[in-house]
Amino acid sequence: MVKENGNSDQHGHTLSLRLRVWRQNRGQPGHFEEHFLAAVPETASFLEMMDMLNEQLIREGKDTFAFDHDCREGICGMCSMTINGMPHGPLPGVTTCQLHMRNFRDGETITVEPWRARAFPVLKDLAVDRSAFDKVIQSGGFITVRTGSAPEANHTLVPKQVADEAMDAAECIGCGACVASCKNGSAMLFVGAKINHLNILPQGQPERERRTLAMVKTMDEAGFGNCTNYGECQAHCPKSITLDVIAKLNRDYLRARVKEFFSSTGKPSKGGE
Amino acid sequence: MPESSCSPCCQPASIGKKIIMALTGLVLAGFVLGHMAGNLLMFKGPQAINAYAEWLHNHPEALWIARVILILSVVGHIWTGILLTLENRAARAGGPAVDATRRASISSRTMPYSGIVLLAFIVFHLLHFTLRKVALGDKDFGEDVYAMVVFGFSSPVVAVFYIVSMLLLCLHLSHGVSSVFQTLGLRNERWRGRIDLIATAYGWIVALGFISIPLAVLLGCIK
Repeated sequence: MVKENGNSDQHGHTLSLRLRVWRQNRGQPGHFEEHFLAAVPETASFLEMMDMLNEQLIREGKDTFAFDHDCREGICGMCSMTINGMPHGPLPGVTTCQLHMRNFRDGETITVEPWRARAFPVLKDLAVDRSAFDKVIQSGGFITVRTGSAPEANHTLVPKQVADEAMDAAECIGCGACVASCKNGSAMLFVGAKINHLNILPQGQPERERRTLAMVKTMDEAGFGNCTNYGECQAHCPKSITLDVIAKLNRDYLRARVKEFFSSTGKPSKGGE
Repeated sequence: MPESSCSPCCQPASIGKKIIMALTGLVLAGFVLGHMAGNLLMFKGPQAINAYAEWLHNHPEALWIARVILILSVVGHIWTGILLTLENRAARAGGPAVDATRRASISSRTMPYSGIVLLAFIVFHLLHFTLRKVALGDKDFGEDVYAMVVFGFSSPVVAVFYIVSMLLLCLHLSHGVSSVFQTLGLRNERWRGRIDLIATAYGWIVALGFISIPLAVLLGCIK
């Protein structure tokens, strides 16, 4: 158990923190609330620190902070906090749940905010509605195949390099840090990753153009901004997805538009007989 | 902002706007390099630059085709620039209370501002040396472009405005030129650094080429 006094115990050093945490109810304006939290083990994860804060608030009879979390092992994409202005905090390539308190100093003030973007409205406190991402996936982030018995393993050959590239893009956990870090609230890194993941595999070819146009359209309708090549998304992505996926999304979009524009109806035009 | 409920022509998709931005930017970036190279004839003396100006005026068809392409590019570039900036501001919803920019360059973050100053510069520049309505006094230079430029830059205020604007052009180009590659899908991690370097070099070459003329006039190297 954590000792309440002293600077170290079996967990190693502990921290005393001043926390500025965002408090907001749905549809209402929000504000920062300040809390002091002592005896935080440096081995605790950031989410465990937030649990400690909530336990303290319960003991004091106050309202706890709502925040999203699920697997707590960095693979589900649920956790979503902007810590000192950085989505998922100061460590590159790491989700909030895998960020540990040893990366902070004793006595430090930590500002914790939700993802800030028009397309991600705040549900409560630090939890935002990311269903805009689900809509983008529903509009084309899939392949249409007959399910049932497993296909023959070597029926569709995938070159190793293509498989690797698709896997790199598929690493995206859809957390939304790209949108939160982007100065334009753009979702291009997410959409780029999802489109590339499918568009380069043989299984993704039949729906390639339709997928690209539909997902970009849904992305625009959801109210995300436009990419202006800041590169902040790559710098904050917990899975280190690169801007390559955006360049390839741009290329695929251009290709899909040209193919759609010059698509054949198979019939002669009027007066063209 | 309602998007693409009608045909994609009246409200292009996000990437469509970016492609318009990139292609018009490419035309303008190419133009400034050509313009700068032509200007350097100032250093070869009055005959060279005046002959060049005369040659241009003797080919009005080509000149007007180029002008129409440029005007369309400027209009397209500004139109998409305004749309992108407004939509992006709205999409950001204020952003976090703490700013922790990791990577976005100064040039990328100042594109709308450098763009606005450059637009003001273009308006002034056209009134100054093309239409010859401002800052040239009552003098009629006729075909003597050399004398007009030397007189135009003999005012330190005007010369400094040109120099500052060209430094902003360098800033604008260093992000713009590399963004063209990204938007057209011709960039990857392996080439990113090299393309950024090429874009920065391009910006500096164009800017320094332009700046050399008002600077030379101010320093008395060109009389």
